[in-house]
Amino acid sequence: MNLAEYKDVYVFAEQRNGKLQNVALELLGKARELADANNEKVVAMLLGKDVKALAPTLIEHGADKVMVVDHDLLKDYMTEPYTEAITAIIESEKPSIMLIGATTIGRDLGPRVSARNRTGLTADATKLEISDDEAHEFRMTRPAFGGNLMATILCKNNRPQMSTVRPGVMQKMAADKGRKGEVVDYKVNFDEKKIARVKLVKTVKEEKTVTDISEAKILVSGGRGVGTKDGFAKLEALAKELGGEVSSSRAMVDAGVMPADRQVGQTGKTVRPALYMACGISGAIQHLAGMEESELIVAINKDKFAPIFQVADLGIVGDLHKIVPMLTERLKTMQK
Amino acid sequence: MNIVVCIKQVPDTTEVKINPVTGTLIREGVPSIMNPDDKGGLEYALQLKDKYGAHVTVITMGLPQAEAILREALAMGVDRAILLTDRKLGGADTLATSSALAGALRTMDVDLIITGRQAIDGDTAQVGPQIAEHLDLPQVSYMEDLQYNEATKTFTIKKQLEDGYQILEMQAPCVVTALASSVQPRYMTVSGIVTAFDKEVEVWGADRINVPEEHIGKAGSPTSVFKSFPKQLKPAGQTFEVSPEEAVELIVNKLKEKHII
Repeated sequence: MNLAEYKDVYVFAEQRNGKLQNVALELLGKARELADANNEKVVAMLLGKDVKALAPTLIEHGADKVMVVDHDLLKDYMTEPYTEAITAIIESEKPSIMLIGATTIGRDLGPRVSARNRTGLTADATKLEISDDEAHEFRMTRPAFGGNLMATILCKNNRPQMSTVRPGVMQKMAADKGRKGEVVDYKVNFDEKKIARVKLVKTVKEEKTVTDISEAKILVSGGRGVGTKDGFAKLEALAKELGGEVSSSRAMVDAGVMPADRQVGQTGKTVRPALYMACGISGAIQHLAGMEESELIVAINKDKFAPIFQVADLGIVGDLHKIVPMLTERLKTMQK
Repeated sequence: MNIVVCIKQVPDTTEVKINPVTGTLIREGVPSIMNPDDKGGLEYALQLKDKYGAHVTVITMGLPQAEAILREALAMGVDRAILLTDRKLGGADTLATSSALAGALRTMDVDLIITGRQAIDGDTAQVGPQIAEHLDLPQVSYMEDLQYNEATKTFTIKKQLEDGYQILEMQAPCVVTALASSVQPRYMTVSGIVTAFDKEVEVWGADRINVPEEHIGKAGSPTSVFKSFPKQLKPAGQTFEVSPEEAVELIVNKLKEKHII
Protein backbone atom coordinates (compact mmCIF):
# COMPACT_ATOMS: atom_id res chain seq x y z
CA MET A 1 0.00 0.00 0.00
CA ASN A 2 1.47 3.31 -1.10
CA LEU A 3 0.26 5.62 1.66
CA ALA A 4 1.07 8.75 -0.34
CA GLU A 5 -1.68 7.88 -2.84
CA TYR A 6 -4.30 8.26 -0.14
CA LYS A 7 -5.64 11.69 0.58
CA ASP A 8 -8.66 13.75 1.68
CA VAL A 9 -11.18 13.34 4.47
CA TYR A 10 -14.33 11.40 3.59
CA VAL A 11 -17.55 11.58 5.58
CA PHE A 12 -20.43 9.13 5.40
CA ALA A 13 -23.43 11.45 5.07
CA GLU A 14 -26.03 9.33 6.82
CA GLN A 15 -29.62 9.99 5.79
CA ARG A 16 -32.81 8.23 6.78
CA ASN A 17 -35.95 8.58 4.68
CA GLY A 18 -34.30 11.41 2.79
CA LYS A 19 -33.47 13.33 5.96
CA LEU A 20 -29.83 14.05 6.72
CA GLN A 21 -28.82 13.00 10.21
CA ASN A 22 -27.32 15.69 12.39
CA VAL A 23 -24.24 13.59 13.00
CA ALA A 24 -23.36 13.85 9.30
CA LEU A 25 -23.14 17.64 9.59
CA GLU A 26 -21.21 17.38 12.85
CA LEU A 27 -18.66 15.11 11.14
CA LEU A 28 -18.32 17.57 8.26
CA GLY A 29 -17.40 20.28 10.77
CA LYS A 30 -14.62 18.13 12.21
CA ALA A 31 -13.58 16.90 8.75
CA ARG A 32 -13.15 20.51 7.64
CA GLU A 33 -10.71 21.12 10.48
CA LEU A 34 -8.74 17.93 9.75
CA ALA A 35 -8.63 18.58 6.00
CA ASP A 36 -7.48 22.18 6.48
CA ALA A 37 -4.60 20.97 8.68
CA ASN A 38 -3.35 18.88 5.75
CA ASN A 39 -4.44 21.08 2.84
CA GLU A 40 -6.87 18.42 1.76
CA LYS A 41 -10.48 18.23 0.67
CA VAL A 42 -13.61 17.21 2.52
CA VAL A 43 -15.69 14.73 0.54
CA ALA A 44 -19.19 13.68 1.60
CA MET A 45 -20.48 10.29 0.50
CA LEU A 46 -24.24 10.51 0.06
CA LEU A 47 -25.92 7.14 -0.46
CA GLY A 48 -29.64 6.56 -0.97
CA LYS A 49 -32.50 6.83 -3.42
CA ASP A 50 -33.45 10.28 -4.74
CA VAL A 51 -31.19 12.01 -2.24
CA LYS A 52 -29.23 14.34 -4.51
CA ALA A 53 -31.23 17.32 -3.24
CA LEU A 54 -29.40 16.97 0.08
CA ALA A 55 -26.01 17.70 -1.50
CA PRO A 56 -26.12 21.52 -1.15
CA THR A 57 -26.70 21.21 2.61
CA LEU A 58 -23.53 19.12 2.86
CA ILE A 59 -21.55 21.73 0.94
CA GLU A 60 -22.91 24.54 3.14
CA HIS A 61 -21.65 22.63 6.17
CA GLY A 62 -18.12 22.09 4.93
CA ALA A 63 -17.95 19.57 2.06
CA ASP A 64 -15.85 20.47 -1.00
CA LYS A 65 -17.29 17.61 -2.96
CA VAL A 66 -20.34 15.38 -2.63
CA MET A 67 -20.29 11.92 -4.20
CA VAL A 68 -23.88 10.83 -4.74
CA VAL A 69 -24.61 7.13 -5.11
CA ASP A 70 -28.26 6.93 -6.04
CA HIS A 71 -29.77 3.47 -6.42
CA ASP A 72 -32.94 1.53 -5.55
CA LEU A 73 -30.83 -0.88 -3.49
CA LEU A 74 -29.73 2.01 -1.28
CA LYS A 75 -33.20 3.29 -0.44
CA ASP A 76 -33.10 1.88 3.09
CA TYR A 77 -29.85 1.21 4.88
CA MET A 78 -28.76 -2.40 4.35
CA THR A 79 -25.31 -3.69 5.26
CA GLU A 80 -24.23 -5.27 1.98
CA PRO A 81 -25.16 -2.69 -0.68
CA TYR A 82 -23.87 0.16 1.49
CA THR A 83 -20.62 -1.73 2.11
CA GLU A 84 -20.23 -2.34 -1.61
CA ALA A 85 -20.77 1.33 -2.46
CA ILE A 86 -18.32 2.60 0.17
CA THR A 87 -15.77 -0.04 -0.83
CA ALA A 88 -16.03 1.02 -4.48
CA ILE A 89 -15.32 4.60 -3.43
CA ILE A 90 -12.34 3.52 -1.31
CA GLU A 91 -10.89 1.53 -4.19
CA SER A 92 -11.26 4.25 -6.80
CA GLU A 93 -10.77 7.43 -4.76
CA LYS A 94 -8.26 6.30 -2.08
CA PRO A 95 -9.39 8.32 0.95
CA SER A 96 -6.89 8.98 3.72
CA ILE A 97 -9.45 9.44 6.48
CA MET A 98 -13.04 8.24 6.72
CA LEU A 99 -15.52 9.33 9.39
CA ILE A 100 -18.82 7.59 10.10
CA GLY A 101 -21.48 8.46 12.68
CA ALA A 102 -21.67 5.96 15.54
CA THR A 103 -25.37 5.30 15.04
CA THR A 104 -26.93 1.84 14.75
CA ILE A 105 -26.30 2.25 11.00
CA GLY A 106 -22.71 3.52 11.24
CA ARG A 107 -21.74 0.90 13.81
CA ASP A 108 -23.04 -1.80 11.44
CA LEU A 109 -21.44 -0.35 8.31
CA GLY A 110 -18.06 0.74 9.74
CA PRO A 111 -16.73 -2.65 10.86
CA ARG A 112 -17.96 -4.36 7.70
CA VAL A 113 -16.18 -1.80 5.52
CA SER A 114 -13.02 -1.95 7.63
CA ALA A 115 -12.84 -5.74 7.37
CA ARG A 116 -13.51 -5.77 3.62
CA ASN A 117 -10.69 -3.29 3.09
CA ARG A 118 -8.47 -4.69 5.86
CA THR A 119 -7.99 -1.40 7.57
CA GLY A 120 -8.31 -0.07 11.12
CA LEU A 121 -11.44 1.38 12.64
CA THR A 122 -11.53 3.35 15.86
CA ALA A 123 -14.86 3.13 17.61
CA ASP A 124 -16.69 6.16 18.96
CA ALA A 125 -13.82 8.65 19.03
CA THR A 126 -14.39 11.75 21.14
CA LYS A 127 -11.36 13.65 19.85
CA LEU A 128 -9.81 13.63 16.37
CA GLU A 129 -6.73 15.63 15.51
CA ILE A 130 -3.80 15.92 13.15
CA SER A 131 -0.60 16.07 15.18
CA ASP A 132 1.15 19.41 14.89
CA ASP A 133 4.59 17.83 14.49
CA GLU A 134 6.15 16.93 11.14
CA ALA A 135 4.46 13.55 10.98
CA HIS A 136 0.97 15.08 10.63
CA GLU A 137 -0.37 11.90 12.19
CA PHE A 138 -4.09 11.33 12.48
CA ARG A 139 -4.81 10.72 16.17
CA MET A 140 -8.10 9.30 17.34
CA THR A 141 -8.90 9.43 21.04
CA ARG A 142 -11.68 7.40 22.57
CA PRO A 143 -12.92 6.29 25.96
CA ALA A 144 -11.94 2.76 26.95
CA PHE A 145 -12.60 0.50 29.88
CA GLY A 146 -16.19 1.65 30.32
CA GLY A 147 -15.22 5.31 30.05
CA ASN A 148 -12.64 5.07 32.81
CA LEU A 149 -9.62 5.55 30.56
CA MET A 150 -8.89 7.43 27.38
CA ALA A 151 -6.83 5.85 24.60
CA THR A 152 -5.29 7.59 21.60
CA ILE A 153 -5.29 5.29 18.58
CA LEU A 154 -3.23 5.41 15.41
CA CYS A 155 -3.72 3.59 12.13
CA LYS A 156 -0.24 3.90 10.73
CA ASN A 157 0.11 1.62 7.74
CA ASN A 158 -3.42 1.06 6.47
CA ARG A 159 -5.83 3.35 4.67
CA PRO A 160 -8.37 4.73 5.00
CA GLN A 161 -7.90 5.58 8.67
CA MET A 162 -11.45 5.03 9.84
CA SER A 163 -13.29 6.23 12.89
CA THR A 164 -16.85 6.32 14.10
CA VAL A 165 -17.98 9.28 16.20
CA ARG A 166 -21.04 9.41 18.41
CA PRO A 167 -23.75 11.93 17.65
CA GLY A 168 -23.45 15.12 19.69
CA VAL A 169 -19.68 14.89 20.21
CA MET A 170 -18.44 17.13 17.37
CA GLN A 171 -19.82 20.52 16.48
CA LYS A 172 -21.20 21.38 13.09
CA MET A 173 -20.21 24.56 11.26
CA ALA A 174 -22.79 27.27 10.83
CA ALA A 175 -24.33 26.84 7.37
CA ASP A 176 -22.59 29.02 4.80
CA LYS A 177 -24.96 29.47 1.87
CA GLY A 178 -22.14 30.93 -0.21
CA ARG A 179 -19.83 27.91 -0.03
CA LYS A 180 -19.09 26.30 -3.37
CA GLY A 181 -18.63 22.61 -3.97
CA GLU A 182 -18.79 19.94 -6.59
CA VAL A 183 -21.55 17.30 -6.83
CA VAL A 184 -20.61 14.07 -8.60
CA ASP A 185 -22.79 11.10 -9.52
CA TYR A 186 -20.99 7.85 -8.73
CA LYS A 187 -21.97 4.50 -10.21
CA VAL A 188 -21.52 1.20 -8.43
CA ASN A 189 -21.90 -2.35 -9.75
CA PHE A 190 -23.78 -4.21 -7.06
CA ASP A 191 -23.61 -7.94 -6.32
CA GLU A 192 -27.36 -8.55 -6.26
CA LYS A 193 -27.06 -12.20 -5.31
CA LYS A 194 -25.09 -11.34 -2.21
CA ILE A 195 -27.45 -8.52 -1.36
CA ALA A 196 -30.49 -10.83 -1.60
CA ARG A 197 -29.35 -12.84 1.42
CA VAL A 198 -31.00 -10.29 3.73
CA LYS A 199 -34.44 -8.85 3.11
CA LEU A 200 -35.97 -5.91 4.91
CA VAL A 201 -39.55 -6.82 5.82
CA LYS A 202 -40.48 -3.56 7.49
CA THR A 203 -39.22 -0.59 9.47
CA VAL A 204 -41.35 0.44 12.42
CA LYS A 205 -41.00 3.88 13.92
CA GLU A 206 -41.82 4.07 17.55
CA GLU A 207 -43.59 7.17 18.69
CA LYS A 208 -41.20 9.61 20.24
CA THR A 209 -43.18 11.75 22.64
CA VAL A 210 -40.44 14.25 23.34
CA THR A 211 -37.58 15.91 21.54
CA ASP A 212 -34.22 14.24 21.37
CA ILE A 213 -32.26 15.18 24.50
CA SER A 214 -29.00 15.29 22.54
CA GLU A 215 -30.39 18.29 20.67
CA ALA A 216 -31.72 20.19 23.69
CA LYS A 217 -29.95 23.43 24.59
CA ILE A 218 -30.94 23.13 28.23
CA LEU A 219 -31.24 19.90 30.19
CA VAL A 220 -32.54 19.48 33.71
CA SER A 221 -31.31 16.03 34.61
CA GLY A 222 -32.31 13.84 37.52
CA GLY A 223 -30.71 10.93 39.32
CA ARG A 224 -31.28 8.71 42.29
CA GLY A 225 -31.80 11.75 44.53
CA VAL A 226 -34.93 12.67 42.56
CA GLY A 227 -36.25 9.21 43.28
CA THR A 228 -39.78 9.14 41.89
CA LYS A 229 -42.04 10.33 39.10
CA ASP A 230 -43.29 13.03 41.48
CA GLY A 231 -39.71 14.14 41.95
CA PHE A 232 -39.28 14.36 38.18
CA ALA A 233 -42.43 16.51 37.97
CA LYS A 234 -40.48 19.19 39.89
CA LEU A 235 -37.66 18.92 37.35
CA GLU A 236 -40.15 19.17 34.49
CA ALA A 237 -41.60 22.37 35.91
CA LEU A 238 -38.10 23.88 36.07
CA ALA A 239 -37.23 22.63 32.57
CA LYS A 240 -40.39 24.23 31.24
CA GLU A 241 -39.49 27.55 32.83
CA LEU A 242 -35.99 27.39 31.31
CA GLY A 243 -37.24 26.19 27.91
CA GLY A 244 -35.37 22.91 28.24
CA GLU A 245 -35.91 19.18 28.48
CA VAL A 246 -35.66 16.63 31.26
CA SER A 247 -33.05 13.91 31.13
CA SER A 248 -32.01 11.18 33.50
CA SER A 249 -29.20 9.11 34.90
CA ARG A 250 -29.09 5.37 34.24
CA ALA A 251 -30.31 4.57 37.76
CA MET A 252 -33.67 6.20 37.16
CA VAL A 253 -34.05 4.46 33.79
CA ASP A 254 -33.22 1.07 35.30
CA ALA A 255 -35.73 1.79 38.07
CA GLY A 256 -38.39 2.37 35.41
CA VAL A 257 -38.98 5.96 36.49
CA MET A 258 -37.72 7.45 33.22
CA PRO A 259 -37.75 6.08 29.64
CA ALA A 260 -34.47 4.91 28.07
CA ASP A 261 -34.41 7.66 25.44
CA ARG A 262 -33.87 10.20 28.26
CA GLN A 263 -30.73 8.56 29.56
CA VAL A 264 -27.46 10.49 29.54
CA GLY A 265 -24.15 8.66 29.77
CA GLN A 266 -21.90 5.95 28.44
CA THR A 267 -24.77 3.59 27.66
CA GLY A 268 -27.22 6.41 26.98
CA LYS A 269 -26.78 9.59 24.99
CA THR A 270 -23.93 12.06 24.78
CA VAL A 271 -25.14 15.61 25.37
CA ARG A 272 -23.46 18.99 25.29
CA PRO A 273 -26.14 21.54 26.08
CA ALA A 274 -25.56 25.17 27.01
CA LEU A 275 -26.80 24.30 30.50
CA TYR A 276 -26.79 20.92 32.20
CA MET A 277 -28.45 21.00 35.55
CA ALA A 278 -27.63 17.79 37.45
CA CYS A 279 -30.14 17.24 40.26
CA GLY A 280 -29.52 14.39 42.68
CA ILE A 281 -26.99 12.82 40.32
CA SER A 282 -23.89 11.51 42.06
CA GLY A 283 -21.88 11.51 38.83
CA ALA A 284 -20.61 8.01 38.14
CA ILE A 285 -17.85 8.07 35.54
CA GLN A 286 -20.24 6.51 33.01
CA HIS A 287 -22.62 9.43 33.50
CA LEU A 288 -19.88 12.06 33.32
CA ALA A 289 -18.74 10.57 30.00
CA GLY A 290 -22.07 11.59 28.50
CA MET A 291 -22.35 15.18 29.78
CA GLU A 292 -19.04 16.67 30.85
CA GLU A 293 -18.71 18.60 27.59
CA SER A 294 -21.75 20.68 28.52
CA GLU A 295 -20.98 24.39 28.45
CA LEU A 296 -22.31 25.13 31.93
CA ILE A 297 -22.85 22.48 34.56
CA VAL A 298 -24.81 23.24 37.71
CA ALA A 299 -25.09 20.42 40.25
CA ILE A 300 -27.36 20.08 43.24
CA ASN A 301 -26.66 17.16 45.54
CA LYS A 302 -26.98 16.37 49.22
CA ASP A 303 -23.64 14.58 49.34
CA LYS A 304 -20.80 17.07 49.26
CA PHE A 305 -18.41 14.31 48.19
CA ALA A 306 -20.46 13.41 45.10
CA PRO A 307 -18.12 13.21 42.07
CA ILE A 308 -20.50 15.39 40.06
CA PHE A 309 -19.08 18.38 41.94
CA GLN A 310 -15.70 17.70 40.33
CA VAL A 311 -17.09 18.65 36.91
CA ALA A 312 -19.67 21.24 37.98
CA ASP A 313 -19.07 24.93 37.30
CA LEU A 314 -21.39 25.65 40.19
CA GLY A 315 -22.09 23.12 42.90
CA ILE A 316 -24.81 23.37 45.51
CA VAL A 317 -24.78 21.03 48.48
CA GLY A 318 -28.43 20.90 49.40
CA ASP A 319 -31.87 19.39 48.99
CA LEU A 320 -33.03 19.52 45.39
CA HIS A 321 -36.62 18.93 46.51
CA LYS A 322 -36.52 22.36 48.18
CA ILE A 323 -34.21 24.23 45.82
CA VAL A 324 -35.68 23.19 42.47
CA PRO A 325 -39.27 24.38 43.20
CA MET A 326 -37.94 27.62 44.70
CA LEU A 327 -35.79 28.24 41.66
CA THR A 328 -38.77 27.56 39.38
CA GLU A 329 -40.86 30.12 41.30
CA ARG A 330 -38.04 32.63 41.21
CA LEU A 331 -37.72 32.31 37.43
CA LYS A 332 -41.47 32.72 37.07
CA THR A 333 -41.49 35.99 39.00
CA MET A 334 -38.48 37.23 37.04
CA GLN A 335 -40.36 36.84 33.79
CA LYS A 336 -43.21 38.98 34.97
CA MET B 1 -28.87 -26.66 13.29
CA ASN B 2 -25.36 -25.77 14.46
CA ILE B 3 -24.93 -22.56 16.40
CA VAL B 4 -21.66 -21.04 17.55
CA VAL B 5 -21.71 -18.24 20.10
CA CYS B 6 -18.60 -16.08 20.44
CA ILE B 7 -18.15 -14.91 24.01
CA LYS B 8 -15.60 -12.76 25.83
CA GLN B 9 -14.39 -12.51 29.38
CA VAL B 10 -14.39 -8.87 30.48
CA PRO B 11 -13.71 -6.88 33.65
CA ASP B 12 -16.99 -5.75 35.17
CA THR B 13 -16.51 -2.08 34.30
CA THR B 14 -19.51 -1.01 36.35
CA GLU B 15 -17.52 -2.12 39.41
CA VAL B 16 -14.59 0.11 38.59
CA LYS B 17 -14.06 2.87 41.13
CA ILE B 18 -12.07 6.06 40.88
CA ASN B 19 -9.68 7.01 43.64
CA PRO B 20 -11.22 10.29 44.86
CA VAL B 21 -7.85 11.69 45.92
CA THR B 22 -5.70 10.88 42.90
CA GLY B 23 -8.46 10.65 40.31
CA THR B 24 -7.00 7.41 38.99
CA LEU B 25 -8.57 4.07 38.25
CA ILE B 26 -8.69 1.39 40.94
CA ARG B 27 -8.22 -1.83 38.98
CA GLU B 28 -7.67 -4.17 41.88
CA GLY B 29 -10.50 -6.46 42.82
CA VAL B 30 -12.54 -5.82 39.68
CA PRO B 31 -14.34 -9.11 38.98
CA SER B 32 -14.24 -10.83 35.58
CA ILE B 33 -17.56 -11.74 34.00
CA MET B 34 -19.03 -13.08 30.78
CA ASN B 35 -19.72 -10.00 28.65
CA PRO B 36 -23.45 -9.17 29.08
CA ASP B 37 -24.35 -8.89 25.38
CA ASP B 38 -22.61 -12.23 24.74
CA LYS B 39 -24.59 -13.82 27.54
CA GLY B 40 -27.77 -12.47 25.96
CA GLY B 41 -26.69 -14.01 22.65
CA LEU B 42 -25.99 -17.30 24.38
CA GLU B 43 -29.51 -17.34 25.80
CA TYR B 44 -30.95 -16.97 22.29
CA ALA B 45 -28.84 -19.92 21.16
CA LEU B 46 -30.03 -22.04 24.07
CA GLN B 47 -33.64 -21.16 23.28
CA LEU B 48 -33.09 -22.46 19.73
CA LYS B 49 -31.58 -25.58 21.27
CA ASP B 50 -34.68 -26.03 23.46
CA LYS B 51 -36.99 -25.56 20.49
CA TYR B 52 -35.19 -27.22 17.59
CA GLY B 53 -32.51 -29.33 19.24
CA ALA B 54 -29.77 -27.09 17.93
CA HIS B 55 -26.19 -28.01 18.78
CA VAL B 56 -24.59 -25.06 20.57
CA THR B 57 -20.85 -24.37 20.72
CA VAL B 58 -19.23 -21.47 22.56
CA ILE B 59 -15.83 -20.13 21.64
CA THR B 60 -13.71 -17.49 23.30
CA MET B 61 -10.36 -16.04 22.43
CA GLY B 62 -8.35 -14.93 25.40
CA LEU B 63 -6.03 -15.83 28.21
CA PRO B 64 -6.22 -19.30 29.81
CA GLN B 65 -8.32 -17.93 32.71
CA ALA B 66 -11.15 -17.24 30.21
CA GLU B 67 -11.96 -20.93 30.74
CA ALA B 68 -14.17 -19.69 33.61
CA ILE B 69 -16.79 -18.25 31.26
CA LEU B 70 -16.69 -21.40 29.11
CA ARG B 71 -17.47 -23.47 32.24
CA GLU B 72 -20.30 -21.07 33.01
CA ALA B 73 -21.66 -21.54 29.47
CA LEU B 74 -21.42 -25.33 29.84
CA ALA B 75 -23.36 -25.08 33.09
CA MET B 76 -26.03 -23.05 31.28
CA GLY B 77 -26.39 -25.92 28.82
CA VAL B 78 -24.10 -25.58 25.81
CA ASP B 79 -22.77 -28.72 24.14
CA ARG B 80 -19.20 -27.77 23.32
CA ALA B 81 -16.70 -25.18 24.51
CA ILE B 82 -13.52 -23.98 22.79
CA LEU B 83 -10.78 -21.81 24.23
CA LEU B 84 -8.67 -20.19 21.54
CA THR B 85 -5.51 -19.13 23.28
CA ASP B 86 -2.01 -18.52 21.99
CA ARG B 87 0.70 -15.94 22.50
CA LYS B 88 0.64 -15.37 18.75
CA LEU B 89 -2.92 -14.05 19.09
CA GLY B 90 -2.01 -11.47 21.75
CA GLY B 91 -2.10 -7.71 21.22
CA ALA B 92 -4.87 -8.05 18.66
CA ASP B 93 -7.18 -5.17 17.75
CA THR B 94 -10.71 -5.89 16.54
CA LEU B 95 -9.64 -6.75 13.00
CA ALA B 96 -7.01 -9.28 14.12
CA THR B 97 -9.40 -10.69 16.75
CA SER B 98 -12.13 -11.17 14.18
CA SER B 99 -9.65 -12.74 11.74
CA ALA B 100 -8.61 -15.32 14.33
CA LEU B 101 -12.17 -16.12 15.38
CA ALA B 102 -13.26 -16.34 11.74
CA GLY B 103 -10.41 -18.78 11.18
CA ALA B 104 -11.70 -21.00 13.96
CA LEU B 105 -15.29 -20.74 12.71
CA ARG B 106 -14.21 -21.65 9.19
CA THR B 107 -13.20 -25.11 10.43
CA MET B 108 -16.74 -25.77 11.73
CA ASP B 109 -20.05 -26.49 10.07
CA VAL B 110 -22.19 -23.55 11.22
CA ASP B 111 -25.71 -22.34 10.43
CA LEU B 112 -25.82 -19.43 12.82
CA ILE B 113 -23.06 -17.42 14.50
CA ILE B 114 -24.06 -15.22 17.41
CA THR B 115 -21.87 -12.58 19.00
CA GLY B 116 -22.74 -9.92 21.53
CA ARG B 117 -23.29 -6.50 20.05
CA GLN B 118 -20.31 -5.12 21.96
CA ALA B 119 -18.10 -5.86 24.94
CA ILE B 120 -18.25 -3.57 27.95
CA ASP B 121 -14.47 -3.16 28.16
CA GLY B 122 -14.10 -1.90 24.61
CA ASP B 123 -17.59 -0.90 23.46
CA THR B 124 -16.51 -1.15 19.82
CA ALA B 125 -19.30 -3.35 18.38
CA GLN B 126 -16.89 -4.33 15.60
CA VAL B 127 -15.93 -7.97 16.01
CA GLY B 128 -19.32 -9.46 15.05
CA PRO B 129 -19.68 -7.66 11.70
CA GLN B 130 -15.97 -8.20 10.98
CA ILE B 131 -16.32 -11.96 11.53
CA ALA B 132 -19.28 -11.94 9.13
CA GLU B 133 -17.18 -10.15 6.52
CA HIS B 134 -14.20 -12.51 6.81
CA LEU B 135 -16.55 -15.48 6.34
CA ASP B 136 -18.50 -13.73 3.57
CA LEU B 137 -21.75 -14.21 5.51
CA PRO B 138 -24.69 -11.84 5.84
CA GLN B 139 -25.19 -10.07 9.17
CA VAL B 140 -27.81 -8.33 11.25
CA SER B 141 -26.53 -6.37 14.23
CA TYR B 142 -28.42 -5.01 17.26
CA MET B 143 -30.65 -8.10 17.33
CA GLU B 144 -33.35 -8.04 19.99
CA ASP B 145 -35.40 -11.03 18.89
CA LEU B 146 -35.02 -13.89 16.45
CA GLN B 147 -37.24 -16.67 15.12
CA TYR B 148 -36.21 -19.61 12.98
CA ASN B 149 -38.22 -20.81 10.01
CA GLU B 150 -37.34 -24.49 9.50
CA ALA B 151 -38.97 -24.84 6.08
CA THR B 152 -37.05 -21.99 4.42
CA LYS B 153 -33.92 -22.14 6.63
CA THR B 154 -34.24 -18.44 7.31
CA PHE B 155 -34.18 -16.34 10.44
CA THR B 156 -36.64 -13.54 11.11
CA ILE B 157 -34.84 -10.92 13.16
CA LYS B 158 -35.93 -7.85 15.04
CA LYS B 159 -33.20 -5.21 14.87
CA GLN B 160 -33.15 -2.28 17.26
CA LEU B 161 -32.84 1.25 15.86
CA GLU B 162 -32.61 4.57 17.71
CA ASP B 163 -36.19 5.45 16.90
CA GLY B 164 -37.89 2.09 16.42
CA TYR B 165 -37.00 -1.27 14.97
CA GLN B 166 -36.75 -3.29 11.76
CA ILE B 167 -37.88 -6.78 10.88
CA LEU B 168 -35.41 -8.55 8.59
CA GLU B 169 -35.23 -11.98 7.01
CA MET B 170 -31.85 -13.59 6.61
CA GLN B 171 -30.73 -16.86 5.02
CA ALA B 172 -28.63 -19.30 6.98
CA PRO B 173 -25.68 -19.45 7.39
CA CYS B 174 -25.43 -15.98 8.88
CA VAL B 175 -24.24 -13.81 11.75
CA VAL B 176 -26.25 -11.84 14.31
CA THR B 177 -25.03 -9.58 17.10
CA ALA B 178 -27.26 -9.68 20.16
CA LEU B 179 -28.36 -7.15 22.76
CA ALA B 180 -28.31 -8.09 26.43
CA SER B 181 -31.24 -5.89 27.32
CA SER B 182 -33.70 -7.89 25.25
CA VAL B 183 -33.47 -11.23 27.02
CA GLN B 184 -33.03 -12.72 30.49
CA PRO B 185 -30.17 -15.25 30.42
CA ARG B 186 -30.92 -18.49 32.28
CA TYR B 187 -29.11 -19.37 35.45
CA MET B 188 -26.67 -22.22 35.70
CA THR B 189 -28.39 -25.31 37.09
CA VAL B 190 -26.92 -27.44 39.87
CA SER B 191 -26.73 -30.46 37.58
CA GLY B 192 -25.36 -28.19 34.87
CA ILE B 193 -22.57 -27.04 37.16
CA VAL B 194 -21.72 -30.62 38.04
CA THR B 195 -21.62 -31.79 34.42
CA ALA B 196 -19.81 -28.62 33.35
CA PHE B 197 -16.80 -29.72 35.29
CA ASP B 198 -16.87 -33.19 33.72
CA LYS B 199 -17.04 -31.79 30.21
CA GLU B 200 -13.92 -31.01 28.28
CA VAL B 201 -12.97 -27.48 27.33
CA GLU B 202 -11.09 -27.81 24.06
CA VAL B 203 -7.96 -25.68 23.96
CA TRP B 204 -6.97 -24.52 20.51
CA GLY B 205 -3.74 -22.80 19.53
CA ALA B 206 -3.07 -20.59 16.52
CA ASP B 207 -2.00 -23.71 14.56
CA ARG B 208 -5.62 -24.91 14.55
CA ILE B 209 -7.08 -21.95 12.68
CA ASN B 210 -5.09 -21.72 9.46
CA VAL B 211 -4.94 -17.92 9.29
CA PRO B 212 -1.79 -16.24 7.95
CA GLU B 213 0.36 -14.84 10.76
CA GLU B 214 0.19 -11.37 9.26
CA HIS B 215 -3.57 -11.36 9.94
CA ILE B 216 -3.50 -12.24 13.63
CA GLY B 217 -2.12 -10.78 16.85
CA LYS B 218 -0.19 -7.56 16.85
CA ALA B 219 1.03 -8.05 13.28
CA GLY B 220 -2.54 -8.32 12.03
CA SER B 221 -3.74 -5.20 13.82
CA PRO B 222 -3.92 -2.04 11.72
CA THR B 223 -4.56 0.08 14.81
CA SER B 224 -2.22 0.63 17.72
CA VAL B 225 -2.57 2.47 20.98
CA PHE B 226 -0.32 5.52 20.89
CA LYS B 227 -1.00 6.34 24.54
CA SER B 228 -3.63 5.84 27.18
CA PHE B 229 -4.33 8.10 30.11
CA PRO B 230 -6.87 8.62 32.85
CA LYS B 231 -9.75 10.75 31.81
CA GLN B 232 -9.00 14.42 32.35
CA LEU B 233 -11.90 16.00 34.09
CA LYS B 234 -12.16 19.73 33.70
CA PRO B 235 -11.24 21.72 36.81
CA ALA B 236 -14.04 21.85 39.31
CA GLY B 237 -15.90 25.09 39.88
CA GLN B 238 -16.93 26.23 43.31
CA THR B 239 -19.25 24.27 45.54
CA PHE B 240 -21.36 25.98 48.15
CA GLU B 241 -23.10 24.63 51.22
CA VAL B 242 -25.76 27.29 51.76
CA SER B 243 -29.44 27.74 52.53
CA PRO B 244 -31.95 27.00 49.74
CA GLU B 245 -32.62 30.76 49.39
CA GLU B 246 -28.95 31.53 48.91
CA ALA B 247 -28.61 28.54 46.56
CA VAL B 248 -31.35 29.94 44.33
CA GLU B 249 -29.55 33.32 44.25
CA LEU B 250 -26.25 31.67 43.30
CA ILE B 251 -27.88 29.69 40.50
CA VAL B 252 -29.82 32.66 39.13
CA ASN B 253 -26.68 34.81 39.10
CA LYS B 254 -24.71 32.10 37.32
CA LEU B 255 -27.42 31.66 34.69
CA LYS B 256 -27.48 35.42 34.14
CA GLU B 257 -23.70 35.59 33.89
CA LYS B 258 -23.73 32.91 31.18
CA HIS B 259 -26.71 34.51 29.40
CA ILE B 260 -28.91 31.49 29.89
CA ILE B 261 -31.65 33.73 31.29
